[in-house]
Amino acid sequence: MPAAAANIVRLDGVEKHFGAVRALAKVDFSVDAGECVGLVGHNGAGKSTLMHVLAGTLTPDRGQIIIGGEPRQGYAVEMAQKLGIRCVFQELSLCPNLTVAENARVLHPTITGWGWRRRASRLIRGKLDEMFPGHGIVPDALVGELSIGKRQMVEVARAFTVTKAPLHLVILDEPTSSLDSHTAGQLLSYVRRVVATGVSCILISHLLREILDYSDRIVVMRDGAAVAAGRASEFDRDGLVTAMGGAAAGTVRPEERAAGLRRTTPVRVRARPATQKDGRELVAHEGEIIGLAGLAGHGQTELLIRIFSGASRRIPGVEVTARVALIAGDRQSDGIFPLWSIAENIGVRSIAALRKGLLISPELEKRLAERWQKRIRIRTPDLRNNILSLSGGNQQKALFARALGSEAKLVLMDDPMRGVDIGTKLEVYDLIRAEADGGRTFLWYTSEADELKNCDHVYVFRSGRIIADLHRNELSEERVIQSSFEEVT
Amino acid sequence: MRLAGRIDLLTRPWVWSYLGALLVWLAAIAFTHGYGAGGMLTAALALAVFCVITGVAQMFVITLGPGNVDLSLPANIGLASAVAMKVMHGSDSLIAAGLLAALGSGIGIGIGNYLLIRLLRIPPIIATLSASFIIQSTGISYGRGLQIKPPPGFAAFTTAQTAGIPLLAIGTAVFTVGAGILLHRTIFGRSVLAIGQNPRAAWLAGIAVERVRCATYVLSGALGGISGALLAGYFRGSSLEIGDEYLLASIACVVIGGTSVSGGKANVPGLWGAALFLVLLLTMLNTFGVSAGIRLLVTGFVIIAVIIAAGGQKPLR
Repeated sequence: MPAAAANIVRLDGVEKHFGAVRALAKVDFSVDAGECVGLVGHNGAGKSTLMHVLAGTLTPDRGQIIIGGEPRQGYAVEMAQKLGIRCVFQELSLCPNLTVAENARVLHPTITGWGWRRRASRLIRGKLDEMFPGHGIVPDALVGELSIGKRQMVEVARAFTVTKAPLHLVILDEPTSSLDSHTAGQLLSYVRRVVATGVSCILISHLLREILDYSDRIVVMRDGAAVAAGRASEFDRDGLVTAMGGAAAGTVRPEERAAGLRRTTPVRVRARPATQKDGRELVAHEGEIIGLAGLAGHGQTELLIRIFSGASRRIPGVEVTARVALIAGDRQSDGIFPLWSIAENIGVRSIAALRKGLLISPELEKRLAERWQKRIRIRTPDLRNNILSLSGGNQQKALFARALGSEAKLVLMDDPMRGVDIGTKLEVYDLIRAEADGGRTFLWYTSEADELKNCDHVYVFRSGRIIADLHRNELSEERVIQSSFEEVT
Repeated sequence: MRLAGRIDLLTRPWVWSYLGALLVWLAAIAFTHGYGAGGMLTAALALAVFCVITGVAQMFVITLGPGNVDLSLPANIGLASAVAMKVMHGSDSLIAAGLLAALGSGIGIGIGNYLLIRLLRIPPIIATLSASFIIQSTGISYGRGLQIKPPPGFAAFTTAQTAGIPLLAIGTAVFTVGAGILLHRTIFGRSVLAIGQNPRAAWLAGIAVERVRCATYVLSGALGGISGALLAGYFRGSSLEIGDEYLLASIACVVIGGTSVSGGKANVPGLWGAALFLVLLLTMLNTFGVSAGIRLLVTGFVIIAVIIAAGGQKPLR
């Protein structure tokens, strides 16, 4: 390209406030044609807000937006679309009541007239085939019936489809948060291919490995400002963590535990997946952290939900002998009460215990929320603020507080670290370990291989069945991946 | 501090329903040159009572979330009025028995509604509508269309007043305070609010979703039964049509009073403002001498206008 050196977008001195919270403080940011910019920072550092400004969904309080070399007045979503800027947000934005093809059409107003549905199907299927070979997604499927991982694949693929409008920049905000490592790899190598053709990408991820391996340039944000920037080759993992202001730098350290087979404490859960043909079942003892692994959407969430239901009514093949709480990963549809305050959202699992006499005590509710705000560091000036005033990762922390603040002895976690930054993750791992030592049992489905190191025992899933159980001593990423792809006999 | 407090008050949606009620009342007495201003308020309070009780019933149901509404209230009220008057049999000693019978009839209807919704998986709007046809037929065969007079003691009680304020209005005021506590400070109320925002998240947060839904429809039925008995006392006789206007009135009170039609957010103080506003609006239109058609038209437009005004709230992020 002749003008390869030119910025395709530039933000000059952008500022944004939400009430008393300063989300962006004079940020300068630019992207050149044909480069992939990695954007990292802790939860609430302002990454998502900055991207909303760039996508035209938020108007900055101050600052200039320069696109294609021209300052843009009244910049909003329509203009961003016309200028070839697309965005895949952290909160998935497909319409659940429409099919995959219909959702693809939403982005392309030029697909009209007879056979529009067929053309939209072809467009999205082609892109899915190109990005995720073997994806198994039918364009006629309703989006609401897809697993969250598949929804994310559709959303990302849709952002890269092209009809009449140009495509210059795709913003990917946590695009791999619901994908297993295999699919995430497919996506990221596609990003490299498309960047080589001159399209630019902004990649936001809490998995620093992804950022280091796949971006050309890295920008680090902290407290609403861009604090460091440079070629990706100038950074390493520790350098990034330090620049982000990581309290707990270093690698994930699994605590050494005496290498016994299983614990001898009482059994809290015994559960067999609905489609399990052999006698394999998941067993969890008191004080254990049990991992559920395998490719995303292979029955892990279903088993967690079965166990959750099994705690309150009889379900064949499921035996639960403890009070249960669940931490949702899909927080929009399974977790958050959008009209309530942060404190109410934390307290809802414990309302029975928050009573004085017959009535719920606002005082007790406030104290519970404050205790957990301190323990898990929820970033807010006031717990009475609406839950949606929090950034995505902080909303997730509130869900942790809801479950851990309750009386439940068994905690089910459905890929709960989506959108949570590395510093918080390390703190939460410690918290989970401490709670387990205190007698709580955790069942932990995760799509991040690294997190399995925190588990005592791991069950690997494929096609709705348990196909392997590994003790922590035999655990390695290779073993899990190898098991995930083994033919089911 | 004081200024901040005042601004805070103005941002509460229910304040507007009280302002509306005040304006309508002023317009009416301006038209009559001040004549009958006090009497108008007394009458409005007495009639507002029934809107408020049925409004509380409807509010809990609507707060359960999209699709939840109790359309069987008018039929329920009609049947309960007949049951109460028949059991009381014109005798003061049977008043308590009659009230209990009305309450029982209402609770039975609530349970019936819930069973239709749960067991047959019929959407609430259709379940309660079809239930109301069954209730009406039951009422016709039960009461044979006869109008039965209330016992003198009960009739006197429903119309008694002290210093121009109906006794029933005082009782209902106390009742609404209780309803507010039920909504915001008990497990049941919190559960209703949670289910209205996101039933799946509510279930996963450990809330007994179906038990709460059942209790809500039973509560609505019970309140319908009570208002049936009270209406029969107030209007000096039962009739199956006695509750007809409380379908629109109850929904209108809920909406104008600041409760969210899409569920999860309810407002008790607003019910009183909305009920007074509606009753005074009708009184005003009556004093102006407009026809029944215009009255309905105006009521409809007011409800639409309030929904449009309340629907304009922007999400935080």
